[in-house]
Formats: sequence, C-alpha cells, structure tokens
Amino acid sequence: MTASRRSSAHVLPGFRLTLGYTLLYLSLIVLIPLAAVFIKTAQGGWEHFWWSVSSPRVLASLRLSFGASLIAAAINAVFGLLLAWSLVRYRFPGRKIVDSLVDLPFALPTAVAGIALTAIYAPKGWVGSLAAAHDIKIAFTPWGVLLALVFIGLPFVVRTVQPVLEDLETELEEAAASLGAHRWQIFRYVIFPTLLPALLTGFALSFARAVGEYGSVIFIAGNIPMVSEIAPLMIITKLEQFDYAGATSLAVVMLLASFALLFVINSLQAWSARRIGRKI
Amino acid sequence: MSIQVQNIRKQFGSFVALNDVSLDFPTGELVALLGPSGCGKTTLLRIIAGLESADSGNVILEGNDASGTHVRERQVGFVFQHYALFRHMTVFDNIAFGLRVKPRHERPSEEIIKRKVTDLLKLVQLDWLADRFPSQLSGGQRQRIALARALAVEPRVLLLDEPFGALDAKVRKELRRWLRKLHDELHITSIFVTHDQEEALEVADRVVLMNHGSVEQIGTPEEVWNAPRTPFVYGFLGAVNLFHGRAGQGEVKVGEHSLAHSEESIPPGAEVIAFARPHELDIETDLASPQGIRARIARIQAFGITARVELERIDAGQTVHHHEVELPLERLISLQLRTGSEVRLVPSRLKVFQQSAAAASDHYIAAGI
Repeated sequence: MTASRRSSAHVLPGFRLTLGYTLLYLSLIVLIPLAAVFIKTAQGGWEHFWWSVSSPRVLASLRLSFGASLIAAAINAVFGLLLAWSLVRYRFPGRKIVDSLVDLPFALPTAVAGIALTAIYAPKGWVGSLAAAHDIKIAFTPWGVLLALVFIGLPFVVRTVQPVLEDLETELEEAAASLGAHRWQIFRYVIFPTLLPALLTGFALSFARAVGEYGSVIFIAGNIPMVSEIAPLMIITKLEQFDYAGATSLAVVMLLASFALLFVINSLQAWSARRIGRKI
Repeated sequence: MSIQVQNIRKQFGSFVALNDVSLDFPTGELVALLGPSGCGKTTLLRIIAGLESADSGNVILEGNDASGTHVRERQVGFVFQHYALFRHMTVFDNIAFGLRVKPRHERPSEEIIKRKVTDLLKLVQLDWLADRFPSQLSGGQRQRIALARALAVEPRVLLLDEPFGALDAKVRKELRRWLRKLHDELHITSIFVTHDQEEALEVADRVVLMNHGSVEQIGTPEEVWNAPRTPFVYGFLGAVNLFHGRAGQGEVKVGEHSLAHSEESIPPGAEVIAFARPHELDIETDLASPQGIRARIARIQAFGITARVELERIDAGQTVHHHEVELPLERLISLQLRTGSEVRLVPSRLKVFQQSAAAASDHYIAAGI
C-alpha cells in the first residue's frame, strides 16, 4: 500500500534508477578525475604548489591563455553573430555549403588545424608572406595563438545563436518599425536583447574550449617562453619533467579560474534569460 | 484620417492574394475586413500599414499617396494577432518604446513619457501592471497592452490583425465590447481583420466581405445581414440551408419537390441555388401537400429558447443532404416531432441566386453548412 502510494508521487517512472546512473556516470567521468587532480596537488604540499604556479614563466602562460581565450571568445561573439545573421536572414547561392563549413573546426583534428593555420600564416605562407611584407608577424607570436583560438571557437557562437535567430518572430521587428524605430534601433533594442542569452552561452562555450585548447595552438604559437607559451603546454612540459604535482598545481589553478569565469558568464546568461521571460 | 486603396493587386508566386481591390475607409469609422482564411484580408491590412507592398495600385492616406512611404513614417498603429510585445521589456517600457525611439528633437522628456504611459495604462484599465513583464500577463491583458503601445505614438489610423484570434471565447467577447467602447471614445479611423462573422457584425460600423482576393460586399452589419448580395456573403454570414434546383413559375424545382419563391428577375428554366437560414424554414407534418421538401428528422436538440432540428432530405439521389431548422420550443412540442419521423420543410423566406454567378463560391458554402 505504502509502496504504491510512494511510486504514484512520481508521474514518470524510473526516477531512482536514472538519478543513480547520472551520479555514477558523472563521478566516473568528471568528478573522480578532477578530485584526483586536487589530491595529487595536495600531496606536493603548499610550498611546491606556490613555487609551481608563481614562476614568471607560468604566470606569463596563464596570462596568455586566459587573455587570448577571452579576446578570442569576444571576437567570435561578434563575428559569429554576423555569420549566424547572414545564414538565417539571407538566401544566397552556396548558403548550405557555408552553413556546413561552420562545423569544420568541430570535426577537424586539432593538430591538422594547427598545421594548416601555421602553413598559411607562417612568414613563408600565403597570408603570412603578405603580412610579412608589411612587417606584421602572425605565426609564432601571441597573435598566432589568438588566431588559432578564434578558429576553433567559431562554431560555438554560430550554433547557439542560429536557432534563436531562426525562432525570432518577424512580427517583433514589424511592430517596432510601425512604432517608428529605425533599423539600428530595432537591432539594438529589440533583436539584440533577445539574442543576448544565446550569445553569452556561445561566448562561454567558445571561451571554455579556447582555454583548454592544445593541439591547434602549439604549432602556430612557436612556444617561445614568456611570449607565446600557453598554460596547457606548461602542464605538458612539467609532465615531461616528471613534476606531476607541479603539473596538477597548474591544472588546479586553470580549473578554478575557468570555473569562476564560467560561473560569472552563466549567471549573466541566466539573468538575461530571465529578463526575457524564459524558464531556465 | 481617411484611407483609400485603389486598384491594389498582390500576388505571391502564382497565388493571387488581392485582385484589383479598391476601397474607401471614411474618417472615424471602425471597419471590419471579414472573410475566410486566404481571402487576402490580412494582406490588404499589411499593405495599408506598409508592412507589405502591393504589386500595383495605391494607398492614399488623407488624400496623399502613401504607397512609397515606409511603415515607420506612415503613423499607423498596428496590433498583431499574437501581440508581438517585447518580452525583455516591462509593460511600461513596451508602451514607452514608440516615444523613446523618436529622433532626439521630437522625443518627449522622461517625465512626459511617464505621464503619457500612465494615462494609456489607465485607458486600457491595466495601470497596476506597469512593472510586469509580458510573460506574466494573460492573453487578454497582453492584447490590451499591445493596443496601448500602438496608441502611444498617436497614430492616425489603427490597424488590427485578428486582434482577438488567439483568445478564448469569453475574453474575446469581453474585449470586443471594450474595443467598441474605446473606439467610441477615441474616434480614430480603425480597420480590423477577422474571420469571425459574429465579431465583425457586432463590433464594426461597416463590414467589408472578402473572398478570393476580391471584395464581395460592403455595408453596415444590418445591410450585409439582411440583403446579402452574393451567395458567398449569404453563406458566410451564418448557418444556411442550401438547395440546388431549377427555376419555375414562382417556384424552385428541387428534384421532385418544389419551393415557392417570389423573385421575379430569374428566368424560368435557369439553374439556381436557393438559401434559407435555419429560422426561415418551417416544419410541416401534413405530408399531403406538394409544397416543400420531404425530409426525415435525424436529431432534435431541445434546449434554449429555440430548438434545433437536424434533418436528412428524402431524395432519389445518392448524396445525403443535411438541413437544419430552428423553431420555437412550443412549436416543436405542438408538432410532436420525433427522431425518424417524416416531415416537409417549407421556407418562409427564400433567397434565390442564379447558378452561373453562384458557381464560384459554391464549394465554400457547401462546406459552411
């Protein structure tokens, strides 16, 4: 009797099974490996941790990784929005092809992307030689890092903004126009606020991907200490020197910083989504 | 402000949405554009607003050709079926939108905006909702806010596209009455689109009936109801009984039956269709007379002031013809009608149209019964 009453409290069956599965899965795939990172770091002791993460070379790499990732995400937010806009709003020959090209950075092995970018932007490459003629160096500088991060982050913004843009009722724009608003005002006050939550999600995803990116960056970056060395590369370097506690120390710092940034971005996103009356 | 449309044509691919439509909307009237879906009424409204452009023809606003004017400059208030409120703005900001996007030298100060929005909120009787977001309002409230937003910029005309289409029956009825009252207060030239004949007849000063991209009839609700000019109008404005037949001397031959009528303009022998509304048909139980159509009672609904009787015609033909009669409850009782009994249907009033003119809208009427 009691059993049947309790099971009727949940309309959908299998709550306990699915919750258990979810927790187990998350633990095995995410939580336990992350915990191991913290445990390993703790074994190294506080002093070793501090020594590992406060050296100028490590700090420079962290600065580059987070700085370039944020800038790349910002660039992707702007141009991803533009790209999504063109794909949704205009009909042009080859639109379908462009649409599928957007996914390419998802699918391409990162090393291939890195080599391709390096080949083109190196001083002897197609674009690199043009830039070199104007005394601009792209590959083997922080600019190269930024370029690679922009490349791999682009699909995130396009793919998050695109569906929202497709669902946007044209009636809203017509209503705004009938009230006397100009194109720019319609975009600024009507369309943009509606897209903002999706845009922030795209920004967060693009940023998260960029912070962790390794394969496509190391070729084009040139990995010059203090200049174009990214934090994930520093972790690999420490691993190669068998300094496991040092590597995990750096990982902990990256983990916490990424978590804090994503938390802020997601809060912003939730806030703006709530403002347009969407349930989160 | 007066609105005229002249020779408007609009085509979507091979579909003709509007076929040479010319109309005159006098100042201060509330006009309904009524017709089935796909008849072009919404397209016409959008062309008047400037949200759509006609392939040919002109829109004249207050004597000036506005065909090339952008919707932004036409000073029309447009209300959408699904409200089109800005979800990320409060009710207050929604209504203030039109004032805030004005060029700097025309823009009123925030103080004046506040006063104006408050006045409008009072006008639509929702002044306690200023700080809510649209998602927190009911459908009826949203539509009233949408109307207040449209009125904020002091439009010269108000255009409403199926304004009550997304609301439930009760709220619809309430808002209908409210819109009529509001119009009587403001006297702003208004056009609203609807496919609901009851709504059009109840609210509008004048009704424009449209079908297949053309205007079928224009008139006051009484005129179009009492003297429908085409079979389409007759069929669209309410339930009808339809009889196909051939004209005779003072009668219409329907199969082996005959119906009396007095229309003299129709030559004997012509193919005709004849209409009678449910309350214009009477039921006779005396089967000896040759007058009227023989039918069998299929169902009796005896509630309300009038009873409804559904019948099936007794015919030699294959297809079953359904008819509907409305009669006073006392009459139903005195006739002692029963499901399955055989009766005669005699029209007290019959409207006869010659078939050739009727053919075009025939299929619609048949579906409308």
